[in-house]
Amino acid sequence: MSKAAEIDIVSVSKVYGTTTAVEDISLKIPPGTYCCLLGPSGCGKTSTLRMIAGHESISSGDVRLGNIVVTDLPPAKRGTAMMFQSYALFPHLDLIDNVAFSLKMKGVDREQRRAKALDLLKLMQMEAYATRRPAQLSGGQQQRVALARALITDPDALLLDEPLSALDPFLKIRMRAELKKLQTSLGITFVHVTHSQEEAMALADLIVVMNDGRIEQAARPREVFERPATAFVARFMGAHNVISGRVTGMRDGMVVFDVNGGGSLAARGQGQKMGQEAGTPIDIAVRTDHVRIGEPPSPGLGFTGIVSNIEYRGATVKLSVTGAGIDDFTVIIDDSDFFARPVALGDAVPLAWDPQDAIALGRLHS
Amino acid sequence: MTVTLERPAIAAAKPARRRRLSLSAVTPYLQATPLALILGAFLLLPIIMIVVVSFWDYDFAAMYPDLLTTNYTDVLGSWVTWKTYLNTIKFAAIVWALTLFIGFWVAYFLAFHIRTTAMQMVLFLVCTVPFLTSNIIRMISWIPVLGRNGLINSTLVQMGLVPKPIEWLLYSEFAVVLAMVHLYALFMVTPIFNTLMRIDRSLVEAARDAGASGWQVLWNVIIPLAKPGMAIGTIFVVTLVMADFSTVQVMSGGQSASVALMMKNQMSLLQYPAAAANAVVLLVLVLLMVAGILRIVDIRKEL
Repeated sequence: MSKAAEIDIVSVSKVYGTTTAVEDISLKIPPGTYCCLLGPSGCGKTSTLRMIAGHESISSGDVRLGNIVVTDLPPAKRGTAMMFQSYALFPHLDLIDNVAFSLKMKGVDREQRRAKALDLLKLMQMEAYATRRPAQLSGGQQQRVALARALITDPDALLLDEPLSALDPFLKIRMRAELKKLQTSLGITFVHVTHSQEEAMALADLIVVMNDGRIEQAARPREVFERPATAFVARFMGAHNVISGRVTGMRDGMVVFDVNGGGSLAARGQGQKMGQEAGTPIDIAVRTDHVRIGEPPSPGLGFTGIVSNIEYRGATVKLSVTGAGIDDFTVIIDDSDFFARPVALGDAVPLAWDPQDAIALGRLHS
Repeated sequence: MTVTLERPAIAAAKPARRRRLSLSAVTPYLQATPLALILGAFLLLPIIMIVVVSFWDYDFAAMYPDLLTTNYTDVLGSWVTWKTYLNTIKFAAIVWALTLFIGFWVAYFLAFHIRTTAMQMVLFLVCTVPFLTSNIIRMISWIPVLGRNGLINSTLVQMGLVPKPIEWLLYSEFAVVLAMVHLYALFMVTPIFNTLMRIDRSLVEAARDAGASGWQVLWNVIIPLAKPGMAIGTIFVVTLVMADFSTVQVMSGGQSASVALMMKNQMSLLQYPAAAANAVVLLVLVLLMVAGILRIVDIRKEL
């Protein structure tokens, strides 16, 4: 297999008529990275992938693969291969001809291309089905064939458009492990579009969270989860409560702010968010599973609210708490902790958290 | 007391259940009856009558029920019949090739080069506009265009391109083929358009991703996937041309023959059994052609 290439996206935009699908994004994907473009539908992640692949023209900006600017090259000349959402296997060809398709287009002679296709089917453990048509395969098998077809060109980067969305939940988890294994063994760059944060965290070396055509955060999974950059990321990744308010001042290296219509809270700032002027709006994130109940909070690190809902989830219990200016604050606690000191619907409970669990969030400049 | 009470209840329940069972067994047959009656009365019965009559005897005035094979030996033993059949097949082949070519490109243009569905539908309806008038009118309207003093000839003569009107434009095999292509091209466009619209656009992208050029995409992806539509269109066009007599008669000015025209002439001479034998032979031939097409292309996906 050929060497992995770095993908460099430089202030790329995509405009359809009057709507902007992707707005001036820049991103560097190091060689050999498993990168997940993550976001809700319509956030521009698929457009970004298709611009890297060359199936969508780039309105402005440049895409570089390795040392070559590929902005105006056709898909096949870029050294990328794309795996389509519905796999797009040719229904009229058997698996060997499907996999060998790009070699046939290049004019490689029949015996040679069929031998190479069979090698790739073997790599995907699909050689037993070589003479079948795609319609005779299950979803997972079709995906393996689609992977084999994409890999036959020895691409520097493999682009996957929601590759797991057509599979049932059980198969999804199995195929996701296979994808990760394949990427590790091939060592090439994978760019994978998904709307599932769970999938992205399980697979990615680099998660790029997108919203409204812009990148909200691009970082390692752990950083995205533990230190979300914006309120959108915190909400999209889940397991965070987002609280909004206005800054009143600083205390002990923490930003102190008033919750709209509620009490005063404090949060640890990140970089430039330190020392914000009084009156500027601020969002903070509090991990749902790091909140303690029934413990009087230290100043600015907790509040007292009314339990509005209790959901038993087996290993954990989810409480919804409503406080002054804070609607629907979620607390996840271990089932043993909950049943040791149970609370009932309508109880007023004090909630507390540690300073490092309250993170001030940034806002994108618009 | 309870026993006597229960017994009639069970007895009453049993026939009720049986009646419901028998009704549900008959229901599918009842549902199929109307169509079976229509097809039986208007398709099967006439064909049986034709087959029966084809074995009858006849003279200049009447038909006599009989079981003769002379009608068939007359049909198959005559040099004129063979020539007419060959001529009809020749028309079918030429018209098929032309409608397939035109039909595919029209459908391809509509399906792949018109971006909006609304525009696709508008243009497709435009294709069907000529069908708002009858076959005969559309055919006859070629006469003022192609005739000796028609639009084309007078234009050519006035421009000085030809010294005298071109004779073969009208009342010739050219005119027959032209009119047939005009009449039947839509029967090719529609099924091909239908199959092309069903081709997943991501297949085209996948082919492009694999490095296929525009022609390679067309040849390796679109045409193979359009084959069922082409087969259905072919069946339409071939059966229509094989059975055509009015176009051949009008457009060739009586100079060309087709099987159906031969049958029409036999019927006007009251030779019904001979025409019936001819009809049976034509039916068998067309069915064989359709069977051949179905063997080559699997059209089940389209039905």
